Amino acid sequence: MAVEREHSASEDRILVSAGDEHTARSFGEQIYRIAARTAYILKRWPVIPGIILFLLLFGAAFAPLLEPFDPLNVDLRERNSPPSWFTDGSEKYFLGGDPVGRDILSRIIESTRITVAVVFFSITVGIVSGTALGLISGYFGGVIDEVIMRIVDIWAALPYLLIILTIVVVFGQSFTVLIGSLALLSWPGAVRLVRAEALRVREADYVMSAKVTGASGLRIMWKHIMPQTFHIVIVTATLGTGTLILTEATLSFLGAGVPAPHPSWGAMAADGREYLRDAWWISVIPGTAIILVVMAGNFMGDWLRDRLDPTLRQL
Amino acid sequence: MGPPHTPPDRSYIYFAIVQVGALRRFVLRRLLFAVIAILGATIIVFSLSRMGGDPRYFFAGQSGYGISEERWDSLGVEMGLDKPVPVQYFLWLGDILRGDFGNSITTQAPVIDVIGQRVGATGKLALVAWVFGTAIGVPLGILSAVKRGSSVDYVIRIFALFGQGFPTFFLGIVLILIFSVHFRIFPVGTIGEGFSFKHYVLPAITLGWLPAAAYLRLTRSAMLEVLETEYVKLARAKGVTRTVVIWKHALRNALIVPLTLSAFVLVGFINGAVVAETIFSWPGLGRLAIATIQDNDFPVISVLVLFTSVLYVGVVFLLDMLYLVMDPRIRYT
Repeated sequence: MAVEREHSASEDRILVSAGDEHTARSFGEQIYRIAARTAYILKRWPVIPGIILFLLLFGAAFAPLLEPFDPLNVDLRERNSPPSWFTDGSEKYFLGGDPVGRDILSRIIESTRITVAVVFFSITVGIVSGTALGLISGYFGGVIDEVIMRIVDIWAALPYLLIILTIVVVFGQSFTVLIGSLALLSWPGAVRLVRAEALRVREADYVMSAKVTGASGLRIMWKHIMPQTFHIVIVTATLGTGTLILTEATLSFLGAGVPAPHPSWGAMAADGREYLRDAWWISVIPGTAIILVVMAGNFMGDWLRDRLDPTLRQL
Repeated sequence: MGPPHTPPDRSYIYFAIVQVGALRRFVLRRLLFAVIAILGATIIVFSLSRMGGDPRYFFAGQSGYGISEERWDSLGVEMGLDKPVPVQYFLWLGDILRGDFGNSITTQAPVIDVIGQRVGATGKLALVAWVFGTAIGVPLGILSAVKRGSSVDYVIRIFALFGQGFPTFFLGIVLILIFSVHFRIFPVGTIGEGFSFKHYVLPAITLGWLPAAAYLRLTRSAMLEVLETEYVKLARAKGVTRTVVIWKHALRNALIVPLTLSAFVLVGFINGAVVAETIFSWPGLGRLAIATIQDNDFPVISVLVLFTSVLYVGVVFLLDMLYLVMDPRIRYT
């Protein structure tokens, strides 16, 4: 109703100033303008991905306060119970119970914490080592560069999932192994991009001046070249988030990721595989969570890349 | 991408002579890289086998009764553990090169047989998935580029976006839910007799979805780039119809980019097969990998890693050569 009143008021004003560049706006046109405005904002700013990623971080930060039940607590009466908002759904669990009667909602929230921690540590390890190698490779060039880049090429030429699975066989399943394996996945991309930028910056006048004044190689890399590659590091890290969450979920799905009994979206989707016929939500709810987060991460990465360095768009 | 045609001037002959040497160097370089990459894979696999402590523990795990002192010592001699590690590596490499891949710990069957039984299923599935990925990705990419900015383009790009964000395992689950549980169109859980197409549909879509999205994106950007070039504009200006320009002038140059992707598609298949075969109970290499991990069957998984690495490196090498034939403008670096 409020909109309609406002509409007539504006129409009056427009009628008064008829002959201006203003034209009378119909109600439909106003709706259209609001929609177009919203679409523009959504296109220009990553609002929805931002909200999803915020919820992810919020869930991770306050998981124990948000969880209605203990995510590890088993209540066999609630085995495979449907979400409470279904007809004849569970009376206890909002998103239903998993095959051993644990609360799916609490497990979803708990695994945000695990996912964020695992992805944060692995991306930090991967990006830091990748950046360091990229700087060394780009700055020194020559044989060092050749060796590092060939190692990167070879690593990229190997089937990473099988290698990670082999690592899990050898070292057993643990958070350290998981973080290490995921870090192995993220460093080659960082090396390539940082090296390319370092090669370019190395030729800049101020680097030459620093060299002439007697700065050491380490100092030049740290003080003069590294800051120039920072936007690349940020973009690689953000773009890598989606991939890493996806890989973590895949590994957990295969039973080689987050060690049981800790919840993980991938492992939760695997739990429901046997019950697809009667209790599809056990798999679909965590699966949807993965899609939302991965796509939000990719969107955010794309947006940051376009913002920080449009020349990277080709990659 | 450089200009599509070099102008026919006299220096062309000179360049041709220079390029003969460059060509040989390029081929040799790629070959050398292939060999080094495979050696790298063997080093990684070998160090993994020695990093987890004494490799004899792999044998102790399964029986549940531990391992006797005599068996422990005889295993040590059998596996050459009394020698220094680099020597062990070369002994192991020598065995591999002679075709002796060792035996599976769980079944005692030669690893090469275990893998050989499974290759066919994965190969067939990968082939169907590749056909699916190409048949969906490339035409949609062309359509999207030609109709740039239209609603068709928009819908196709959203499809590509979903392709990247959709986890393979979840796609498989959703497909089973819709087409097997709800509509009961496609069977799940068996490979079927001979080549039964019905059994291949869902696994192939699951495996081919990601490549389809990747092909789509690359074809689209390559087509857009080619459509902007001067020679396409010239062809249009001199009166060649739009259809002929798109299919003859633009497409042939744009297709080189998706071709280079094929190697990555293959490595994607190796990773994706692990997931897709687990979901669809497909008796292929991927499921073998998961089974060996559950049984801690290190000899099998290590040979599997080696096998897939060699396959991948070999395909990359062949593609490089094909690339040379298809695109004479390639830089010999």
